[in-house]
Amino acid sequence: MTTTTIDSNTRRDSRRAGFGFALSEKQVWGLLFVAPYLAIFVGFVVFPVGYAFWLARSPQLYVDLYNDPVFLRTAVNTLVFLIVAINVKMAIALFLSGFFTHKRWWVKILAVLFVLPWAVPSIPTIISVRFMLNPEWGVINQLIFQLTAEDGPNWLNDPTLALSLSMVVHIWKSLPFWTLILLAGRLAIPHELYEAASVDGAGAWHRFAYITWPSISTLYVTCTLLSMIFTVGDFNSVYLLTGGGPADLTHVLATLGIRYLRLDQVGMAMASIVCCLPLILPLVYFMMKRLSR
Amino acid sequence: MTRRKLFREVSAEAGLLLIGIPVLLWTMIPIYHMFLFAISPKDAAFSGQLWPAHPTVRNFEIVFGQKHHFLYNFWLQMWNSLAISCATAVLTLMVASAAAFAISRLRMKGGRLVMNLALFTYFIPAAFLAVPMYKTMGMYGLLNNDWALILAMVTVASPYAIWILRQASDKLPVELDEAALIDGASPFQLFRMVYLPLMVPSLIAVGTYALLLAWNEYLYAFLLLSRETAITLPVALGNFLSADDSPWELLMTAGFIYALPPAAIYYAFRRYMSSGLTAGAVKG
Repeated sequence: MTTTTIDSNTRRDSRRAGFGFALSEKQVWGLLFVAPYLAIFVGFVVFPVGYAFWLARSPQLYVDLYNDPVFLRTAVNTLVFLIVAINVKMAIALFLSGFFTHKRWWVKILAVLFVLPWAVPSIPTIISVRFMLNPEWGVINQLIFQLTAEDGPNWLNDPTLALSLSMVVHIWKSLPFWTLILLAGRLAIPHELYEAASVDGAGAWHRFAYITWPSISTLYVTCTLLSMIFTVGDFNSVYLLTGGGPADLTHVLATLGIRYLRLDQVGMAMASIVCCLPLILPLVYFMMKRLSR
Repeated sequence: MTRRKLFREVSAEAGLLLIGIPVLLWTMIPIYHMFLFAISPKDAAFSGQLWPAHPTVRNFEIVFGQKHHFLYNFWLQMWNSLAISCATAVLTLMVASAAAFAISRLRMKGGRLVMNLALFTYFIPAAFLAVPMYKTMGMYGLLNNDWALILAMVTVASPYAIWILRQASDKLPVELDEAALIDGASPFQLFRMVYLPLMVPSLIAVGTYALLLAWNEYLYAFLLLSRETAITLPVALGNFLSADDSPWELLMTAGFIYALPPAAIYYAFRRYMSSGLTAGAVKG
């Protein structure tokens, strides 16, 4: 649909060239209108990125990175985070988007509350979770103590547990957004399809497998890839919960740059980012192809 | 109603509740936990009760009265957050609507390239740009200046804003422009008198998006601003965290106050937000 409007617009453009103002004048106006954005783009994207590459130019930096155990651990953490957290999150979002299509008064109220994690800022809620997990005073270990009379685990002191809990926080925060997107996708499916299927006696599973999934699978894949790109940049879920600790074992790429910056190793910070460009750029290219149609 | 039909309806309802109750608990527990801290007296906050024996607004009094050394600049930091978010929203709207107008309505040469550059920026994870941005702002001499954060947030917000606005403005009928041009309007008059009034719903969506993005931002804020009187509220809350003797109940109270405006704005503009912002994502 978009392409047809563009075609007719360009045709009109060529017709219009005869009257009104001359084409070149229009181009000048166009340039004037994009100039503010271009200025911002050059000043705060092109220049910083160019500067980052210049700082990361020395090959020695990459040798140092490779020899830094924290970097290797971080690379593994990031991969685990991406694969586990995103797939779990998208599967739950797919499931819950089906739940929210039900027309009940209480489902509507729940849908309004459900968006809260996404609507409120990260820092207070993540700190709230962090307090819940405090080994001595946190409400979780208090409950464990009351129920079993034993001390609960020191949640954030165990690297595996701490990273898993960061993933839980990430899912808590971003699940509503993806559920809403998938819900919009589900609601766009013509209702007649389901009615016809019910007449034919199809059960819930068949309706999902033969109608819902084929209709939203493209959307689901797009969302998964987009979520991947966004999650690589998720600084808050890890930094605010674990701070990269214990012993720098739970860093992800988004927090590692800040760690190197703190240690005054700006070159290493830039190099660690350059290292994961081969991972990110194909994804970005693919998404741009999809979205700029 | 036959008995079997009744049984089937009850079990369907029970199945929905079986999903709904865990979803409610999962969503609300961290938020309720925060609220509980905010209304509990200092020593009772850790008792693990579902509702405090003596709920109090004392914590709110301390926060609003700035009566703790962590909170001496609470109102100033709140003001910084507000000023930076509003400036980000206004600047993003100006920059993005002008760019979208040039790309979509003036059909300028290279408009597609500009759109692709913007989209590319949108897809660079924000955390990757943070360290280079920090070094660059240092070179520009903007560190600890509100403008550093405002400009950084406009940089992050405008690509998505341009994309959304371009999609919306592609749908406006081209006849409008033609009529205005025949009447002798300049492109600037066209922009101000025809284009902007028609784009109001999308502009509200984009403005709200930029406002919330800047209000909620933590990473850029704590990198670019560090002076006690220059920082925004989230950075102040983060600083609480690094101290050993943090008064948790005050931290949760301040956090609760800080979280209220975005939640309220989200619900007030929900209609614009969901139609404007999900439209783009669903399309793909």
